[in-house]
Amino acid sequence: MKYAYYPGCSLEAGSAAYDKSVRAVLEQLGVELDELDDWNCCGATEYFSQNELVATSVIARNLALVDGEHDQLVAPCAACFLNLKKTDKLLSEQPVMKGKVDEALAAGGLSYRPGRVRVRHLLDMLYTDIGQEAIRAKVVQPLNGLRVAPYYGCQIVRPLNGFDNPEYPMKMDEMFEWLGAEVVDYPVKAHCCGGHMTQISEPEAFELIRRLLQSADEYQADVILCMCPMCQLNLDAYQGRVNGHFGTSFKLPIVFFTQLLGVALGIEMKKLGFGKELVSAEPVIRSKLDGSSVGAAT
Amino acid sequence: MVADTPSDNRSKFLRDVIADTPEGERIVHCLQCGSCGGSCPNGAEMNYTPRAVIAMIAADRREEVLTSNTMWQCVSCYFCTSRCPQDIPITEIMYALKRMSIREGKARKTDAPALAKTFTDLVEKYGRSFEFGIASRYLLFNRPMSMLKSSGMGMSMFAKGRLALTPTRIRQVKQLRAIINKARELSQHD
Repeated sequence: MKYAYYPGCSLEAGSAAYDKSVRAVLEQLGVELDELDDWNCCGATEYFSQNELVATSVIARNLALVDGEHDQLVAPCAACFLNLKKTDKLLSEQPVMKGKVDEALAAGGLSYRPGRVRVRHLLDMLYTDIGQEAIRAKVVQPLNGLRVAPYYGCQIVRPLNGFDNPEYPMKMDEMFEWLGAEVVDYPVKAHCCGGHMTQISEPEAFELIRRLLQSADEYQADVILCMCPMCQLNLDAYQGRVNGHFGTSFKLPIVFFTQLLGVALGIEMKKLGFGKELVSAEPVIRSKLDGSSVGAAT
Repeated sequence: MVADTPSDNRSKFLRDVIADTPEGERIVHCLQCGSCGGSCPNGAEMNYTPRAVIAMIAADRREEVLTSNTMWQCVSCYFCTSRCPQDIPITEIMYALKRMSIREGKARKTDAPALAKTFTDLVEKYGRSFEFGIASRYLLFNRPMSMLKSSGMGMSMFAKGRLALTPTRIRQVKQLRAIINKARELSQHD
């Protein structure tokens, strides 16, 4: 199996742990991931707030760069995934916009035929294409005894995901059951982390973050699993300030789901980017699991 | 599909919103049920809920809507869109209102346009975004106090190797700029 890979800007620095663990896990599972050459930023939500045609043209450049060797593009970040998928859909369904985006791409010597590239989220690819049997066959460190709270956020499950329920997603829950973890069924797993509101209006953002941390804490999660860089940043890096704001004392480690999947596959924690999170995850993982076999496969 | 009402019955504001929103014509099917506002994580902070905004668009209350904080409180979580029984692309309408509000110089009660501009300026310079560049430029000029409060967190992120001080520059940044400039030029012909 072979996929073009769109890491997105966050995975270059702020969420390097996500990129590191994605690459390590897919190598262990024997999947070829070819980074899209010279990809550009997807613009997150910021271009769409200003100019829709510029927003879609900037995103379409990435779709146009996928070479003939690949017909699927995998994105781990929620905003990148939604933007790439949304743009392909807009170009398929909005002929007037498509005409203008074609003209814009032509100014850069590029072209794109809508539908040529299938945009996939990483979770969908792991769950659907690789699947339970192949993943279970590679587990060397079952996650028994660890209580995990899968957190899906917004833009992967809504509005265009097509592989999971937008209100009550289950695919990450199921995957961590395959790995032996105790999966926490808490009610806010697809609620919003506040997105860029941490930059614009902290009180609103902090309240949304508090709701998530409090629910996961009440359900006695040991760790929250993220699949979006913004969610991880808001829940992890702002956790201290949220505690200060509300007088709470949450101390919940927030990691990317691929990091813990990597632990189950026996990959050494350092190679999975552990240690970059501000609320340290390693102590609780080692204490709940049989520490001697963590990282045994590498 | 239900037939649309004749366009001459529609307010100017409604026609503009429809023209600026993909599948925007669905807006005329709003039942005023309020599922959108009830689903919104920030509904309580909004001057008008999405349901009220849709009624105000139909009633041509352009100034009140475009100067309100409603669309700037939208976090693009898509709960309203996913729950709307009439398949109205409410989140996309919020984006259209953001664009109109900026274009018409009505964006108030928010620093969101400044953040958006800082973000996209960096993309146009380098081809990629980077958190430190966005946070430092945006906070310095818009929220200097917040920069002080965030500095501890920034230092922790730096210590963990999570803050790049320089961005990655793509090779074909000129090609990207040519695409952006052309798109910007074409968008002005509307």
